[in-house]
Amino acid sequence: MRRLAAAETTQRRWTRTLSGHRRWPLVSAAGGVLVTILVLLPLVFLVVQAQQSGWSEAKHLLLRHLVVVLLWNSVRLTFACTILCAVLGVGAAWCVERTALPARRLWAVLLVAPLGIPDFVVGFGWVSLEPGLHGYLAAVMIMTLSLYPLVFLPVRTALSRVDGGLEETARSLGLGPWQTFLRVTLRQIWPAVLGGCLLVTLGLLAEYGAFEIVRYQTFTVAIFTEFKLGFDAVGACVLSLVLVLLSVAVLAGELLLRGRGGAVRSGPGARRASPRVQLGRWTGPVLIALGALGGLALGVPMGSLLYWVLHGGSSTLPSTSILGALAHTAAYSAAAAAIATALAVPVCAQALRHRNRLTILIERLAYMPMALPGLVIALGLVSFTVRYAFGLYQSSFELIVAYAILFLPLAVVGVRAAMGQASPRLEEVGRSLGARPSTVFRRVTLPLIAPGLAAAFALVFISSSTELTATLLLRPTGVNTLATQFWSYTSDFSYGAAAPYAALMVAISAVPAYLLSRRMSSVARMAEAR
Amino acid sequence: MSLLSVTDLWKGYGQQPVLEGVDLEVAAGSLTAVLGLSGCGKTTLLRVIAGFERAERGTVSLAGETLDDSSTYLPPERRHIGYVPQEGALFPHLSVRQNIGFALSRRERQGSEVARLLELVGLDALAERMPNELSGGEQQRVALARALARRPRALLLDEPFSSLDASLRSRVREEVHALLLEQGVTTVLVTHDQEEALSLADTVAVLRDGRIVQQGAPTQLYEHPVDEPLARFLGAVNLIAADFEHATARTPLGALALRTPRDPAAARAGTVMIRPEQLEVRVLEGDRADGLGGRVEQCRYYGHDALLHIRPEQPSDAGVLLARVHGEQALAVGTPVSVTAHGPVTSLDRDS
Repeated sequence: MRRLAAAETTQRRWTRTLSGHRRWPLVSAAGGVLVTILVLLPLVFLVVQAQQSGWSEAKHLLLRHLVVVLLWNSVRLTFACTILCAVLGVGAAWCVERTALPARRLWAVLLVAPLGIPDFVVGFGWVSLEPGLHGYLAAVMIMTLSLYPLVFLPVRTALSRVDGGLEETARSLGLGPWQTFLRVTLRQIWPAVLGGCLLVTLGLLAEYGAFEIVRYQTFTVAIFTEFKLGFDAVGACVLSLVLVLLSVAVLAGELLLRGRGGAVRSGPGARRASPRVQLGRWTGPVLIALGALGGLALGVPMGSLLYWVLHGGSSTLPSTSILGALAHTAAYSAAAAAIATALAVPVCAQALRHRNRLTILIERLAYMPMALPGLVIALGLVSFTVRYAFGLYQSSFELIVAYAILFLPLAVVGVRAAMGQASPRLEEVGRSLGARPSTVFRRVTLPLIAPGLAAAFALVFISSSTELTATLLLRPTGVNTLATQFWSYTSDFSYGAAAPYAALMVAISAVPAYLLSRRMSSVARMAEAR
Repeated sequence: MSLLSVTDLWKGYGQQPVLEGVDLEVAAGSLTAVLGLSGCGKTTLLRVIAGFERAERGTVSLAGETLDDSSTYLPPERRHIGYVPQEGALFPHLSVRQNIGFALSRRERQGSEVARLLELVGLDALAERMPNELSGGEQQRVALARALARRPRALLLDEPFSSLDASLRSRVREEVHALLLEQGVTTVLVTHDQEEALSLADTVAVLRDGRIVQQGAPTQLYEHPVDEPLARFLGAVNLIAADFEHATARTPLGALALRTPRDPAAARAGTVMIRPEQLEVRVLEGDRADGLGGRVEQCRYYGHDALLHIRPEQPSDAGVLLARVHGEQALAVGTPVSVTAHGPVTSLDRDS
């Protein structure tokens, strides 16, 4: 009896709210433990593998001329691309959101669309048209055109949420329009700009395919070469750890730049929409500029793809293999999306409803793969399976798990947003109406977060189906996904044969992305109507 | 006698204590208001009673059954206590009918029970609406019907009217009050609005600094507040120095009867509390003052009544007097007046 009471007190301390039923939190906690293991596993085995060589060997591997070249390449590329993306993204977002631009909604869709095209397909689009395109400038151009929507999208949302009242107040305090933008508006959207730039930088560090195509040496290219062609697992792991450190540095930098103070609104007053700037005689130049951006980022790759699909000797196309690749891609991606979404639910539920140091830590861990290039996670998994689970090496299961880990952050983002909007009051009311926690989850929480689950599933599905690097490393022998088949044709310069695979990947990502954006905008409209 | 009882309840968040030994008795069938400033722990108290939070110390019991103490804890779904949170918290994915039927079994949902509840709150016509298509008052009524569906042993209302517009508030308040009376359900209402507490509740318990400082009928609280801050919280007051003589207080306003005779052993000098509506104000004609002479220093006009600030002519330690008069008696600043007090007054020990 006393033991029971002691257990009771412990229980009390751990579950402050809604305690009582023990089984349910247990299910949730198990999810958290699984996530922790999955996320840390690749990193741990990367270190284990790299350590194998011993310290002096590692030092030897690190202090190579190659590492200096790679660092310099990564740094100059990151700086140029991030700054260009920030300028293009903020500029385009401002034009779309805050000016009386003709056909604003259409521009909004067109300017985000490049996100639906995998970076290596953009690279393919350009290089297949202009084979002379390679090196630093080509890499900067292609990556900027692929990644600027990562800034455009959040900044546009942030701009639409800036309280126009603040800007009007600034004007009434004597600031000009330009000063108001710099001192008030930019301050408000700063977190969105930084968040977008962070994604751009991490994307740059993780990219492999596009750099291979334009023959620009970065860490990922070097790691891939060492591992796949040089069969040097240790060297690849050591380089990967440097890459991880770079990502950590980027994350730390973002934290430092983010600063303090969020958007605070006092009082229940309605947010005032900002009046749109009339472009007047600037309408033409702005339209031309946006048209050029859209044309280069979307038109050229899509046009090139279309050209190769139509003229690329489709007679050589073995149609059975494209169906097989499609089936594999869909099956792997769907499985990964289901796993990642299912894992995200307990992580978010714990982090939001039972907030304590442990659950917050697990939530942060779940975001970590975002900072880890797919290549690094794949290498870590390879190191693990080769040592301890050889049966799983290059199995479908390993590939699916890799996708699930890699894109877990996307699932967490989607689920967390939905769960954050589902008020815990509703769950409490459900309890007070006599429903047990599991019933409350089924009848209240689940219906409320269902759209978020669908969004999370779609995001992971899209990302998995266009994933190249990890797939090249982990796919079962003889199995091809759309991305790997495309890649092998591209490597042979069989552009015509490669194009249908790329077109299919674009189609796969376009459909859910379109549905998702429509849903988002309808939600936004509903929120506005309230 | 008392249905719900809370004894020596302690609860905090981290290092921050919120409830520090709350005692509360709620009589069966009564409406008890827990009154306190925002942040005083009212909501926490309700959440502990509902079972969403567990007490650190103390007991919560309902009809003799222990819900929460050091060794037992009944989860919210087994307490049969209805809960209506501040914003109503209707399930946004369910229609009005489905919201109300949430706690009912499948068979009950098919039957006439939902229709009865809809009729009870007068929303028959809106049964198929979704929550976002309802006004604030309608949402509150649906939330109430949903909580009543399970025939709860007690009902908890967390500031149920504060999110409504002022114009709507009094009407919804009346409707809900009538409904609760009709159902005879034991209710605890939490509010920061002293007018709401005094006008609706059978019993008011004032929560301050994590404790109930006084619990009693509204008139008792208003006339016999335990201390000066509480007297002021419940409405404007004049605190006037007085000499006590058994059942009489001698003040600058004359000799006034005390509501309760003072203990002869207590100090002879002290303070009496006079509410502004106990002062009568007459415009002074000539200089025949039958009360305390003074001049109007300020006049706050509210329509139905007016609050006069009157500066007594002879400098006295009474300070400015507040008098509530009929609206038509609003007087210009500077008008000479004579002030008399009527009705029994309460002696008050200033915070020592």
